[in-house]
Amino acid sequence: MTSRLEKASLELGIIPLVDAVPIVVAQAKGFFERHGLDIRISVEASWASIRDKVVAGVLDGAQMLAPMPLAATLGVDGIGMPMVTALSLNLNGNSIAVSNELYSQMVLEQTEPAAVGTALRELLQRDRMEGRKPRVFAHVFPFSAHHYELRYWLAACGIDPDRDLRLEVIPPPQMVQHLRDGRIDGFCVGAPWGAVAESAGVGRRIVSSYQIWNNSPEKVLGVTRDWAARHPNSHVALIAALIETNRWLDVPENRGEAARVLIESGVLDSPEPTIREALGVPDADSALFSPGLVFYNGAASFPWRSHAAWFIKQMQRWNQIGAEIQASDIAAQVYLPQIYRQAADLVGASYPGADTKPEGTHNGSWPMPVAQQVLTMGPDRFFDGATFEV
Amino acid sequence: MRVMLVDDDHDRLKLLREALVGSGNEVVAELATSSDLLTAVNRHQPDVVLIDVDAPSRDTLESLGQIARDRPRPIVLFAANSDAETIRRAMRAGVSAYVVDGMSASRLKSVIDVAIARFHEHQALKRELEDTKTRLADRRDIDRAKGVLMQRRGLSENDAYELLRRMAMDRNLKLGDAARALLAAADLI
Repeated sequence: MTSRLEKASLELGIIPLVDAVPIVVAQAKGFFERHGLDIRISVEASWASIRDKVVAGVLDGAQMLAPMPLAATLGVDGIGMPMVTALSLNLNGNSIAVSNELYSQMVLEQTEPAAVGTALRELLQRDRMEGRKPRVFAHVFPFSAHHYELRYWLAACGIDPDRDLRLEVIPPPQMVQHLRDGRIDGFCVGAPWGAVAESAGVGRRIVSSYQIWNNSPEKVLGVTRDWAARHPNSHVALIAALIETNRWLDVPENRGEAARVLIESGVLDSPEPTIREALGVPDADSALFSPGLVFYNGAASFPWRSHAAWFIKQMQRWNQIGAEIQASDIAAQVYLPQIYRQAADLVGASYPGADTKPEGTHNGSWPMPVAQQVLTMGPDRFFDGATFEV
Repeated sequence: MRVMLVDDDHDRLKLLREALVGSGNEVVAELATSSDLLTAVNRHQPDVVLIDVDAPSRDTLESLGQIARDRPRPIVLFAANSDAETIRRAMRAGVSAYVVDGMSASRLKSVIDVAIARFHEHQALKRELEDTKTRLADRRDIDRAKGVLMQRRGLSENDAYELLRRMAMDRNLKLGDAARALLAAADLI
């Protein structure tokens, strides 16, 4: 730690999800302390309350859904407080699950997302001919990767998410109960809640976010633009501590300990095996679950502006915002790779030189040259073969 | 005013209910914070929802404002511990209102009134903005359509406008829509 911190005592918000693990581990294993930060963690019940408390200054920063800082900056969430992020907390981790009833009706023979989507489309067509009322699928927030992944998958499989289904919002820890009570027929939610539905015998996972978009962005560390401007050194220290934590988390031998720390923290009220499974490194031949959560490898923590731009394009596609908004402008206001690089320099982590990358062009690992070395990047394929460039 | 209360704290619920009823409101439903808000809002159709800041169902309620199929409604939040600064900033940021524990009945009424007024003001502004956008787009398209007519038919500006107006009347269209129809057709030729 070299610079003077404007504020050393911070309160960070998290939601009961496995991908809160970087913040929980950074505190438990002293990564925050090493950077001069004294962190209090507040477990929040809903994404809206995370957002409101960050806006009101009750929380200094928080685990956020990757599209949340974008929506807040665009003012489409009804609040309109500019926010920024300089760190991606993780990639992957969401799954789409359906009730046992729907699962058996779909009669799945394949596990490819396109085939699964086709089976669902045919079922929904039969529903309509029989005059059945629309099935209800839940996601976690209007501005979430879950929402966009779900719509992207449905639409690419020929299902109109606004006509053929009803989409609703439910906070992650309540998903399983709603599926059990028959209030919803399926959901898209982060780990471990898909696995919890399975282990409780109330549903089955059918598609993972990794399958829809390989190594897709999930959660970020978000603060208000104003907070970042008033606490530049604290912000960099916070990001540096989390980069170190994420590097530690992606050493396979540490995942067991990470699971233990998360279980002992009591943040998650879910069966311990589901937490261990979510943090484990899945078999390479498990199409649905491989490679699981990624925190650091392949520049996973880097705030790619191409990720931000993709989310903004989805907001436009689904009429949350107007077509006149320039995705690359907003992405540049909200996603701050230069802060990430400053923080990465403090802890000797490598980082990309570019702020964007083409998405959907790599089916497997690929080398990205960075300052006299090479970063091994993971695949970034979309299941329907689409490509996306800013 | 038809009010829906969402809180797990029974003592606080009782105080809120008394204050609300005392100032002439109707409490149409009292729910636990984990209940199915979407269904409850559809069934009771409250004018305003008062909800605990830390309620898990907060996300569900917020989504009502995001999805077009349900009428968005004012939301008043209440919190156990908020200082004046918090409330001020939250209000400025556009959250309907924060009500803090220990608030007197008379202040509660005014806070709710302000929240509702702000909500309606916001809705009106949004409509006005949309109207303005439409008007600007109309003016631009009408000018372009006039230009096409002047060029292709050799008409004066006045005659072009008259022709466009008659086309709109004959087809029972708004002038802006008639202009856009003409432009689309002109593109094809």
